[in-house]
Amino acid sequence: MLELIRSRRLRERYALLWLATGAVLLVLSAWRGGLNTIAGWVGVTGYPPAVLFAVATLFILVVLLHYSTVISRLSDQNSILAQRVALLEERVGESEQGGSQLDSRSNAGLGG
Amino acid sequence: MPERRRIAIVPAYREEGAIGAVVEEILAFDPDLDVVVIDDGSPDGTAEAARAAGAAVVRLPFNLGIGGAVQTGFKYALAHGYELAVRLDGDGQHDPTELPKLIEPVLAGKADIVVGSRFAGGGEYRPPFARRVGIGLFAGVVSLLVRQRVTDTTSGFQALNLKGISLFAADYPHDYPEVEATVMVVKHRLTLLEVPVRMREREHGRSSITALRSLYYVVKVLLALFIGLFRRRVVPLEEI
Repeated sequence: MLELIRSRRLRERYALLWLATGAVLLVLSAWRGGLNTIAGWVGVTGYPPAVLFAVATLFILVVLLHYSTVISRLSDQNSILAQRVALLEERVGESEQGGSQLDSRSNAGLGG
Repeated sequence: MPERRRIAIVPAYREEGAIGAVVEEILAFDPDLDVVVIDDGSPDGTAEAARAAGAAVVRLPFNLGIGGAVQTGFKYALAHGYELAVRLDGDGQHDPTELPKLIEPVLAGKADIVVGSRFAGGGEYRPPFARRVGIGLFAGVVSLLVRQRVTDTTSGFQALNLKGISLFAADYPHDYPEVEATVMVVKHRLTLLEVPVRMREREHGRSSITALRSLYYVVKVLLALFIGLFRRRVVPLEEI
């Protein structure tokens, strides 16, 4: 994880999310008493570690939902960028053409 | 009164074979109409064919889908100060000789957006069954939402004034956009009018909507419409 951040492949805010997830799960799996207490709260009596899976699943769902929103935003921004690039490209092509026409006209004027 | 500047927006994807004829036909019909072709990242020679036929070409770096391409056209129209835009598909199914039917109500101020409908009478267009069901479903739902009878919510044959151009340049739905756009228009208190037009069979290529995708689109668009109902106005248009 630290290596991923160091090589800038992962932004700190996402790393924090994963580290927090890992820490919570680690604490819950090591600290059996706490897990049992929580299991008691939510009414899981048969097999307390099931709570562990439930918590892990919830975390994963939240992370995935978050990613969906991030992807949506990125693809919106991406298409806006594509449109802007295309429009600018058209404008550049146009003014280059206009420029060369101007050049040939002034050249013709000089020649005449 | 000075002549209003008009532009035809033609989105095209993989229409190398048809686009040249489409552009030439528009220019032949009305030489005062500027034509801009939005090449939606086609891998073939669509852009070159359109340019050779005398159109301005905006070439998207990759495929955005019809909504993104059309919106690019509206942005172009807005940036270049056009006061009226018409939209035709790049496959030649929209007949330029029908354009006056669309343009005149806009010029007369009867509506901000005029849509050419295949079903409002006056045409013998018969789409395949599944498509007819989808179109009928959308027409029913949209008619209810906008409290106005709409027969052809999927028609891309439209004319718009500056208000319409500005709205769509700022915000336009993604794939299969016309249905949502219809509702958006009315929500922003722009007026919409349908006129009957004839449309032709496609000359080249297939419709961008395949059978398998239809169901997905129906569900997706209905969901989008439903959510759209609860969305506040995204774009403040009061200053226009």
